[in-house]
Amino acid sequence: MIAEEKVMTISKVEGPAGTRQRRLWRHLKKAPLSAWIGIAIVLAYMAVALLAPWIAPHGETEVVGGQYDPWSDEFLLGTDQLGRDMLSRLIYGARNTISVALMTTSIAFVLGTGLGLLAATVGGWVDQLFSRVVDVIMAIPQLIFALLLLSIFGTSVVNLVLIIAVLDSTRLFRVSRSVALNVTVLDFVEAARLQGEGTIWIMVREILPNILAPIIAEFGMRFCFVFLTIAALSFLGLGIQPPTADWGSMVRENATLINYGDITPLLPAGAIALLTIGVNFIVDWFLHITSGLKE
Amino acid sequence: MNLILKIVFQRLGLGVLTLIAVSAVIFSAIQMLPGDFASAILGQSATPETVKAFQHQIGLDKPAVQRYWEWIGGVAHGDFGYSFSSAGSLGGGHDRAVSDIIVPRLKNTLILASLAAVVAVPCALLLGILAALYRNSFFDRFVNSFSLAWISFPEFFIAYILMLYLSVKFQFLPSLASVSNDSGIGDYLVKCALPAMTLVLVTLAHMMRMTRTALVNLMSTPYVEMARLKGASRFRLICLHALPNAWAPIANVIALNLAYLVVGVVIVENVFVYPGIGQLMVSAVASRDIPVVQACALIFAATYILLNLTADIIGIVTNPKLLHRR
Repeated sequence: MIAEEKVMTISKVEGPAGTRQRRLWRHLKKAPLSAWIGIAIVLAYMAVALLAPWIAPHGETEVVGGQYDPWSDEFLLGTDQLGRDMLSRLIYGARNTISVALMTTSIAFVLGTGLGLLAATVGGWVDQLFSRVVDVIMAIPQLIFALLLLSIFGTSVVNLVLIIAVLDSTRLFRVSRSVALNVTVLDFVEAARLQGEGTIWIMVREILPNILAPIIAEFGMRFCFVFLTIAALSFLGLGIQPPTADWGSMVRENATLINYGDITPLLPAGAIALLTIGVNFIVDWFLHITSGLKE
Repeated sequence: MNLILKIVFQRLGLGVLTLIAVSAVIFSAIQMLPGDFASAILGQSATPETVKAFQHQIGLDKPAVQRYWEWIGGVAHGDFGYSFSSAGSLGGGHDRAVSDIIVPRLKNTLILASLAAVVAVPCALLLGILAALYRNSFFDRFVNSFSLAWISFPEFFIAYILMLYLSVKFQFLPSLASVSNDSGIGDYLVKCALPAMTLVLVTLAHMMRMTRTALVNLMSTPYVEMARLKGASRFRLICLHALPNAWAPIANVIALNLAYLVVGVVIVENVFVYPGIGQLMVSAVASRDIPVVQACALIFAATYILLNLTADIIGIVTNPKLLHRR
């Protein structure tokens, strides 16, 4: 949904290798507050996810207290419906939730961008075939299609990752194909073709470096979307399965507490929201830079 | 005028083609079922005879193409086949038609979605136009970053925040939307209020951002610049110059978001236990009741396609460039 409102343009962030870091630093120094907030949020989440076993006071699935114990010194955020420490599960949840979303987005990215590049480079019936298949897949709302496929293949993490990755790669296919089409008509690609370079070489060495900026931005947006979709499916009980600590399912498992005015179930949902905001802020800034500061 | 009609018919034809392709994809879902599916549904104790009877009942012993035509023909008459939930009792129990399960719930979902749309669409258009009008002002910047943050929220987060404050802490509204067929309009509205509000909040930010982008893009075109240079007022500029050309993108935005509403409904209905088609679909997925899932998927997909089709046609019909043949 976010993708449609942003117009992608090919830009030239790639410079001589030596100045690239300095240029990055110059952009960083000029970055707006929102971008800094975004970077801080993402770094903090990465730290928590990587260091989970050392930060968490208790084990991921360890039963340490009674059901729904309130916040206390021993259990800073109380315990959940089985008596597991809420804070520890939140911390481990960062690891599980983010890694599943990252894995899914990466598969989608490789698949979508690869096929998109191939379609743009080869053209002809290959392009037609891929594009029409993608049209049909995109005509069905993604969450609905995911639900349909999950009901057929059953709910498991592997199925979840593969299904969402395939469905989401259609968006990346569209973007990478359309930006790559602008590049394939340029002279240096023609020169490479005449020189007798293979399709793979042209795709990876000639076209890819020139469309990197827009598709990296798209990667960020897709990550947000995939992250929210997986959270939604887990929340519905069809995504990541217990006893794995995962933010979406934690909201579902502890939702009854809301009726007693307890905000604990909102914490995992808030954690999801905060990370998505962070990534969105960074992507927004990145798009602003790569669109050549048009405004 | 001929040109417009021609394009409209082309677009309609494309829409019908898409519908057929999508229905074929949804239908072929049952084709992709793993082999041991019948025993998974019927339980471990199923005898080879019951498995065979079950496969006969869902028609797996007939060729796929024939089954597709039977299925799509049934759908055209409002017959979606029978729910698997009745398959367990193949011997005695009576079959439950999918359409009987879906129809009352579809009505509930439509009421909820249209309630949300009636509030969200005008608000979003107004806010988007205002943000575009006062572009780069404090109002615009505030609305922009706020809505960027807002679209990052998962639906259930917003739903539970509303539930916590409006129904638990201050007890304005009931937290569960347990409507039934005999509830009166007032009762219905009160119970629908929280889910509808969630849907409004979820779609508002998206719709507003897209309206703003569509208008801002237009505002930078030469003919708007021209109008500004000749001294037209801001109001005149937006309403008489920019808006006629913006109908297509705005119609697109609205359709996209109504489509988004259709999906958001799935989650919101589950949070508030609202007896709609989204909740039905999720429970059908959990119990792997494929005919019900297929029917729901087809309804959602058809709605989505029709909304996009409508937006495209509005875009074509309101496009001033097509009025005059070159």
